[in-house]
Amino acid sequence: MKKLLLATAATALCSGAALADDVKLGILLGFTGPLESTVPDMAKGAEFAVKEVNDSGKFALGTVTTVNGDTTCVDATAATAAAERLITSEGVKGIIGGDCSGVTGAVLQNVARPNGVGMISPSATSPALSTAEDDGLFFRTAPSDARQGEIMADILSGKGIKSVAVSYTNNDYGKGLAESFDAAFKAKGGSVTISAPHEDGKADYSAEVGALASAGGEMLIVAGYVDQGGKGIIQAALDSGAFSSFYLVDGMYGESLISAIGDGLNGAIGAVPGTDSPGAAKYEEASKAAGFDGSNAFSKESYDAAALIMLSMAAANSTDSKVWTTKVMDLANAPGEQIFPGELAKALELIAAGTDIDYVGASAVELVGPGESAGAYREYEIKDGKIETVGYR
Amino acid sequence: MDLLNASITFLNFVFVPGLAYGAQLALGALGVTLIYGILRFSNFAHGDTMAFGTMVTIYATWGLQAAGITLGVLPTALLGLPVGIIATALLVLLTDVLIYKFYRKKKAVPTILVMVSLGVMFVMNGIVRLFIGVEEQDFSDGARFLISAGDFKKWTGLSEGLAIKSTQAITVIVAVIVVAWLFWFLQKTRTGKSMRAFSDNEDLALLSGINPDRVVQVTWIIAAALATIAGVLYGLDKSFKPFVYFQLLLPIFAAAIVGGLGNPLGAIAGGFVIAFSEVMVTYAWKKVLTYALPESMAPDSLVQLLTTDYKFAVSFTILILVLLVMPTGLFKGKSV
Repeated sequence: MKKLLLATAATALCSGAALADDVKLGILLGFTGPLESTVPDMAKGAEFAVKEVNDSGKFALGTVTTVNGDTTCVDATAATAAAERLITSEGVKGIIGGDCSGVTGAVLQNVARPNGVGMISPSATSPALSTAEDDGLFFRTAPSDARQGEIMADILSGKGIKSVAVSYTNNDYGKGLAESFDAAFKAKGGSVTISAPHEDGKADYSAEVGALASAGGEMLIVAGYVDQGGKGIIQAALDSGAFSSFYLVDGMYGESLISAIGDGLNGAIGAVPGTDSPGAAKYEEASKAAGFDGSNAFSKESYDAAALIMLSMAAANSTDSKVWTTKVMDLANAPGEQIFPGELAKALELIAAGTDIDYVGASAVELVGPGESAGAYREYEIKDGKIETVGYR
Repeated sequence: MDLLNASITFLNFVFVPGLAYGAQLALGALGVTLIYGILRFSNFAHGDTMAFGTMVTIYATWGLQAAGITLGVLPTALLGLPVGIIATALLVLLTDVLIYKFYRKKKAVPTILVMVSLGVMFVMNGIVRLFIGVEEQDFSDGARFLISAGDFKKWTGLSEGLAIKSTQAITVIVAVIVVAWLFWFLQKTRTGKSMRAFSDNEDLALLSGINPDRVVQVTWIIAAALATIAGVLYGLDKSFKPFVYFQLLLPIFAAAIVGGLGNPLGAIAGGFVIAFSEVMVTYAWKKVLTYALPESMAPDSLVQLLTTDYKFAVSFTILILVLLVMPTGLFKGKSV
């Protein structure tokens, strides 16, 4: 009996010692559910960063391992249970996730905050998360939808446009975008004459355009989908001569719009998420060599989330969430030497040497406000039936 | 006050679209009313008959376009129209022989025939989707505008533009021709007279030697032609999407009932009543009023009675009001 007890105690000690050399990170994404086709390349992105750090041999805190947890994207109870397991039984020191905004918020409030574990979400875009109580534990490498509203307001006021009409597709995306634009544009001194929804899939939008035209405005903001009501609104606005200049949100980006509308679209402006950072191309190349598709949605952001967690731990020289989360903003933003994908070893060296770094990563990370991606957007203009890039914001 | 600009705005956003939409509804309602008057049931498959006819016309149009045959400034679909009408007529005649005839012989009550037409509607619905799919199809070509808003502004120097799409003009012209022909046919020709006789009193018509099968066939052919023309005009002016045609059934029935089921004149009036109420109730009158009223009275709000989402609610409301107040419709059709 005594021997047995001794043996158990020894095993416990040994496993404890083993844990000290092992830094566990949780990958908490919707491996099942509506995002199940997107998530594999996101998880691989995160694992790719972990492998890069481990291969460098410069991560002083131990070997990094990952544990997966399933958020299901939609079921907050399942996501909370998965996060609970990652933290209490697996003992993860940081979480890459969650993926969808709803479950991410639930995990943050019910598990991450009570347990004091930091998380960086690669894909939650809800504006509500910007104001959520997070005790400094929550970051995201994805931009808030509110960000696009600000970008739009910036572009338009930069062109000296003072009053616009807004037509948005009648769902959460369109409504959220219209609201955030409304607030941002008014803050810049612009006025929104009307913000009216349109239903997708109708044959005729002349009544909707009639209302928009009646309210007036220098420009029509079309916050819809390129193959749906957004196209119909533009066509009807051109036909009735109600509007001749348009702003197109990210959902309205596409060559098909130009071929459908023709010359009337010339002069339209818009912005889509995009970056001219060399990081994106580098990452896509490296991912191809590693056997997954890094150009898939949010794969870059996942790589960046994992990299940021590990670099922060290195900079803080601690795996304690309360300590490493304080380093995230410093590392992600200028000043410092820019770090691109594949340069994590160099980053770890620089950190060890005490040099400032500016983590750019695959998605041109720049964290603003409460620790969310500034969101890089490509501003474009349609000239002579071609989409021409004006610049990046 | 600027009454000229006010009236141009009104014409551009209310009158012209309302007129074209009304003409399309009127043609659809004529078909419904004809079936109701002569075959004595509400044909719920009418919307999908329109979709079928339009689909065939679209295929014919694409064929013509591929062969390099176009109508110049006019849409090529007008050339494809006869093909669509013939195919649709064959389809409805086939449905009549296969399905409706059986119930007619049994002297089934109208309610049963309505349910039968509902079944036919679903089958046609499926046929159209099987062939052309659920997506939007674009088949208009030729000149887009008779007068474009920009040109109008340049000519007149007014601050408001008036746009008349060529499809809107074609819709109205074709509708006038078709209606004139239909009335001439019903009033002056032997077949038309026998159709009206059959509609007024079936037994008397049979006694006086009218061939009922022929009347039924001619009715179906005319209804198919009206449905195809209405569908093609709607598709040219707006766009073709099977689901939209299915939804068109509501305003078309509202138009037929408001005008008085079974009365061709009522169907036309009903079409315009429904179209203009839909447009006018959901239009934001701010701009027109700002021009028309003295500056001190200019409205701040949009002056919009209902948002555009409630378009169909308008036709429903009118339908209910008419059924409550004058069940036989504006032009004394048969009571429903």
